[in-house]
Amino acid sequence: MTEEFWRWTESRWTSPDIDWKSGDIITAGCDVGSVSTQAVVMVDGQLYCYANMRTGSDSPDSAMRAINWALEGTGMTLDDIQYSVGTGYGRVNVPFAQRAITEIACHARGANFIYGSTVRTVLDMGGQDCKAIHCDERGKVVSFLMNDKCAAGTGRGMEVFADLLNVPITQIGELSLQVDEEPEPVSSTCVVFAKSEASALLRSGWPKEKVIAAYCSAMAHRVVTLLERIGMEEDFAITGGIAKNIGVVSRLEKELGVKALQTDYDTQLAGAIGAALFAKALVEKQRKGK
Amino acid sequence: MIANYGYKDGSGEYFISIDTDKCDGCGDCVGACPYGVLITGEDPNDPFREEPVAMVSEDHRKKIKYSCAPCKPVSDRPPLPCVAACGSGAIEHSW
Ligand code: SF4
Ligand code: SF4
Repeated sequence: MTEEFWRWTESRWTSPDIDWKSGDIITAGCDVGSVSTQAVVMVDGQLYCYANMRTGSDSPDSAMRAINWALEGTGMTLDDIQYSVGTGYGRVNVPFAQRAITEIACHARGANFIYGSTVRTVLDMGGQDCKAIHCDERGKVVSFLMNDKCAAGTGRGMEVFADLLNVPITQIGELSLQVDEEPEPVSSTCVVFAKSEASALLRSGWPKEKVIAAYCSAMAHRVVTLLERIGMEEDFAITGGIAKNIGVVSRLEKELGVKALQTDYDTQLAGAIGAALFAKALVEKQRKGK
Repeated sequence: MIANYGYKDGSGEYFISIDTDKCDGCGDCVGACPYGVLITGEDPNDPFREEPVAMVSEDHRKKIKYSCAPCKPVSDRPPLPCVAACGSGAIEHSW
């Protein structure tokens, strides 16, 4: 079998510190994106377990596989979860969810959890699109902008690019920094055009690192123009898979003149965490209503 | 919340912004828009909002430059029907 360079590591995790059986409110969030799917379970608003995997050919199946993997070995079953919220591109196709909430709301809420209440600007760089969100200290959306038109310069684009250059996707960022001099960004971040442009650059003798650098910087630049319209207010945080790409993030920081907050959390989890927190708030609201 | 719908491309920035705090979901803009660009419904970005809110329909988000073009002649542009219809001043266009 040939190596699949686009492939990132799927993962799952269970918190060693939480006994879910003594929890009061158990909720789940499931973010079905075009590229990746995450399922998280939260016990009283604390992250208990999660799974992060690639989205399969259909959303309901991807959602089920993710939650089943997240629950693996925990002794918990779907019946123990009181409320689930679906989010992401496939949010209406999460079979176990009672409600769907947009990624915009969930990423803001999730970023607030992951990075803390000082976050005011969230950039979600996902598989298929990119969104800029302003939020308040509770993680509530104040304004947002998403580029509805072009799906370029996103996680999927990066996967295609990794494959084209035969470079593992997790190494793209590092490699892109191994250039003596920053090349001009490629003119297009569109998946299709960038691919032919990159091939042409390789043929003309550019080393891989330089082509990658040019692509990362094009991607960073494109996102900066999104932020220009909505404005930058610190603290600034990035969610989604591209947040793990140091090549894009460092160029973005440089162009914006601000540093993004750091976290030990998997940044791809933000949407699912936000969804699970909304689920908790909805349970609380139901209880109050009774 | 300021909800920006639209895109930026090589020719410019095309965004319709709805101030959801000003919008009460009355639907007057929906009736005024000749091309079905605007709709009202449950706020997809605020799960706790009770009243409906205006938004740009999914179908038009990727092409509002063209959808709204008939309302925007190059010279002598009349007030935009949607903006004129909204008594609370919740709608803005970036172009
Ligand atoms: S400018 Fe015209 S087409 Fe565009 S939203 Fe307003 S009324 Fe509808
Ligand atoms: S007319 Fe104004 S207040 Fe009424 S639904 Fe449209 S945007 Fe909202």
